[in-house]
Amino acid sequence: MSKQLVEAIVDMREEEALKLVREMVDCGSEPMAILDEVREAMDLVGKRYDEGIYYLPELVLAGEMMNQINELVKPKLTMTHEIKRRGKVVIGTVEGDIHDIGKNMVTFMLDVNGFEVLDLGVNVPPQKFIDAIREFQPQVIGLSGFLTLAFDAMKDTIVEITNAGLREKVKIMVGGGQVNDQVKAYAGADAYGKSAMMAVNLAAAWIGE
Amino acid sequence: METKLEQTSSDEKLEAAFQRLLSPRDPSGNPLGFKSPEAEANYKASINRIHAALQLKESDRVPVCVFPSFFPLTYSGITLQDAMYDYQKCAAAFKKFILDFKPDLQFGAVAPGPGRFFEILDYKLYAWPGHGVSAAHSYQCLEGEYMKAEEYDLLITDPSFYFRNFYLPRVFGALGGFTMLPPLTGILEIYGVAFNFIPYALPPVQNTYKALFEAGAVALEWAGVMGGMDGELATLGYPNILAGFTKAPFDTIGDTLRGTKGIMLDIFRRPEKLLEAMEAITPIMINMGIASAQATGNPLIFIPLHKGADGFLSDDQFKEFYWPTLRKVMMGLIDAGCVPFPAAEGGYNSRLEVIKDLPRGKTIWMFDQTDLIKAKEVVGDTLCIFGNMPSSMLELGTPQEVKEYTKKLIDVVGKGGGFIMANASFFDHAKPENIKAMIDFTKEYGIYK
Repeated sequence: MSKQLVEAIVDMREEEALKLVREMVDCGSEPMAILDEVREAMDLVGKRYDEGIYYLPELVLAGEMMNQINELVKPKLTMTHEIKRRGKVVIGTVEGDIHDIGKNMVTFMLDVNGFEVLDLGVNVPPQKFIDAIREFQPQVIGLSGFLTLAFDAMKDTIVEITNAGLREKVKIMVGGGQVNDQVKAYAGADAYGKSAMMAVNLAAAWIGE
Repeated sequence: METKLEQTSSDEKLEAAFQRLLSPRDPSGNPLGFKSPEAEANYKASINRIHAALQLKESDRVPVCVFPSFFPLTYSGITLQDAMYDYQKCAAAFKKFILDFKPDLQFGAVAPGPGRFFEILDYKLYAWPGHGVSAAHSYQCLEGEYMKAEEYDLLITDPSFYFRNFYLPRVFGALGGFTMLPPLTGILEIYGVAFNFIPYALPPVQNTYKALFEAGAVALEWAGVMGGMDGELATLGYPNILAGFTKAPFDTIGDTLRGTKGIMLDIFRRPEKLLEAMEAITPIMINMGIASAQATGNPLIFIPLHKGADGFLSDDQFKEFYWPTLRKVMMGLIDAGCVPFPAAEGGYNSRLEVIKDLPRGKTIWMFDQTDLIKAKEVVGDTLCIFGNMPSSMLELGTPQEVKEYTKKLIDVVGKGGGFIMANASFFDHAKPENIKAMIDFTKEYGIYK
């Protein structure tokens, strides 16, 4: 199999990528092989983002292409596509805040870099993070927030995680909008990440390879 | 020669606007009755400081402003919900904020808006107190694809018809009747003219108009209270020179029409349509700003910038999709004697070389996470810089830290003029002593010698 599909996805040629996948499915290509190529392409997209070549438009389109290809391939899948994951991350925008652009970028980048991500969405109360720590058993928590109210909401969330006796089980990173190291210290988090790629680097450092 | 003439005329218009600001009038058209000679002197000194900073000149000292979001409410211990339903309480909170901290300008108390109005029209574009967020929380936009990808041609052909018949009914539950109205441009001559008016007999249309009458009455009552507060603060020496707002065409389409995901995909899937649509709404965005200047007599046009920040678009995408129409909007406003006041939310570090392509001394830029030392170097001889005390420092720092940060900005960015000390971004929470430190220290240390 050539790397035409990988190239089409990485170069943001959506129509061509979808056409190739349809052809591959019609010719009886192994669905797993197609998904492996998609994964390889996403990895390259992530790298280009990290290098400052790609930005939000490319991440959004790459995500869309991935979803569409999954839909095309799904009916042919005989077993679930198990890929080796590096670790688990729970992410969400803290209570009172419903902004999600930055959080979605982080989720995407963590996912394409091999982490299993549970995205709790926006306006997430502390208890939901606590429930997720218990059930999903992540090593890393990502708290996102855009507004100044998020400073206190991040702090409250971390206090409640501590009170629930779970603080030692997880590393916590914060980011978004007006968040910086000063907010990290105030909230009692372990690290602040300015970009989606920094979130990936933090998670990788904490979890190990 | 023609350009020279136009240039002069826009300069004259701007000059006239500032002269008008120096001779303020009350709502009956009489000279404004200041509460004291000191109030009058303060008012005029503030106007002169801002005018000089805009022109990249020094005045008696560095001007200092605070353009908050809902901080005046939290400072007065009231919730956003309180402010949205009790206009007097809202106005009192913003007034107290100004009188306690004494900045050079005030920006009005209109941000909370009238709650009843949103209820009557069933505004769905935002989560707001009691409708998706709690009483004390800010309203926040509920992003969606309120305009569908295949509707670009409708928008391009007739933006107002598209807004009325498609967009508005999707974001206001009570405006469903608008979907039944024909374009106004069909009303031409006696033959057949009456057909255009048949929909107004239909109950859904009549219900929409009833809601509009009711909402309009609420808005008028609210605006009266807000205008009263502006007038009172003016007599006490605190001018509001803000006229209204407009937007970068990319944000107009990306924020509330197509949404972030929609517009990012459009860059690849239908770039020509996106560019065409931005061109189509550019004159509308210009007129929106000019109309607010004409209605208020104020020159400052706020332009919140969202999706062009560092990290959102590549340099090439910024230059192709974001900047050209934003620049046209600003040039249109400048030609009309207005002062564009863009707020570059997030970082604009990678955009500085691009945005300096504007006439010298005609725009005020509110910078957030942009490095102002670098900004002074690159755009300091073109744009007036407004900012950039971080929200985190105002909320979590100490007065000493605030003073040190302020000092650094005054020393470097304030040098030679063209700088307004201010907050970096919109905030709801801060330590009052930090705001006081920023303002008092600027007044004391920021004197031009």
